[in-house]
Amino acid sequence: MLLALLALALIALVLTMPIILRAVRAWRKRRTARVASTGPPDLELYDPGRERRAEQRARELLRSCVNDEEWAMYRDLGFIRVAGRHSRREAGGGRPAYAYLIYPHKPIVAYVPATGQLLSEYCVEFPDIAGRPTRARLPASDDVLAKWMALTSDEDRVIRRANMHLVGRQLDPARLRRDMWRLAEWERRRELPQSRR
Amino acid sequence: MKPGHGEVLLAEGDPRVREEEERLIEEFRRQLDEGMWAAVPTTHPGNGRREAQMVKQYTDIPPDAERVIFFPRASGG
Repeated sequence: MLLALLALALIALVLTMPIILRAVRAWRKRRTARVASTGPPDLELYDPGRERRAEQRARELLRSCVNDEEWAMYRDLGFIRVAGRHSRREAGGGRPAYAYLIYPHKPIVAYVPATGQLLSEYCVEFPDIAGRPTRARLPASDDVLAKWMALTSDEDRVIRRANMHLVGRQLDPARLRRDMWRLAEWERRRELPQSRR
Repeated sequence: MKPGHGEVLLAEGDPRVREEEERLIEEFRRQLDEGMWAAVPTTHPGNGRREAQMVKQYTDIPPDAERVIFFPRASGG
């Protein structure tokens, strides 16, 4: 009796084997297609050194574009001063009637060099216009260079496009005054060796 | 200048060589069509101060310019 049952089971297994194999093949094919459709994530691999290298190139580019004093100012103080182009005459001491402080990834600040009076903040950025949904931004030194080029070539246009605010919205006025003091000290130290000659 | 990457070389060539100039013009137009601003770093002839000159056409580029820098147009931040 037991032998007969075993023989029947064996026959049933052999008969259903093609159906089982077909089902296994179909399952494998579906699994392969599913893996291929999801595939590896289409993400750019994060390169931790890319931003550092980009900033290094940006610094070299900035250095090659601005004059020696502006480059030294940026290197030593972290910002660049650009004279305003619309003054009809210079203020005393050969200083421009107004000037801008350019910081990386921060608003441009307009001020009066003769008195230290802070005028306004101009919030401006240079976004990726390729339409890609990205939060990437220019390296810090490229941001400074873009502002420098925009201000020295077409001051009106960049100021028109910027959002103007009173000083204090994004930048701390106390920090700005400290930066102006640092700039004055920096200039005084640079002039000292020349006056001693 | 490209956000996330920094400086990228787009094209280079000698504008005195016709084929190379055509390639430079093509790239120049493509960048401006994409909405980039183009500027050439120069030295002010009067006071010797360094400044940039915005160029809107290929013919605006000073003949002695060594490079044109394209950067995203400014917008209110």
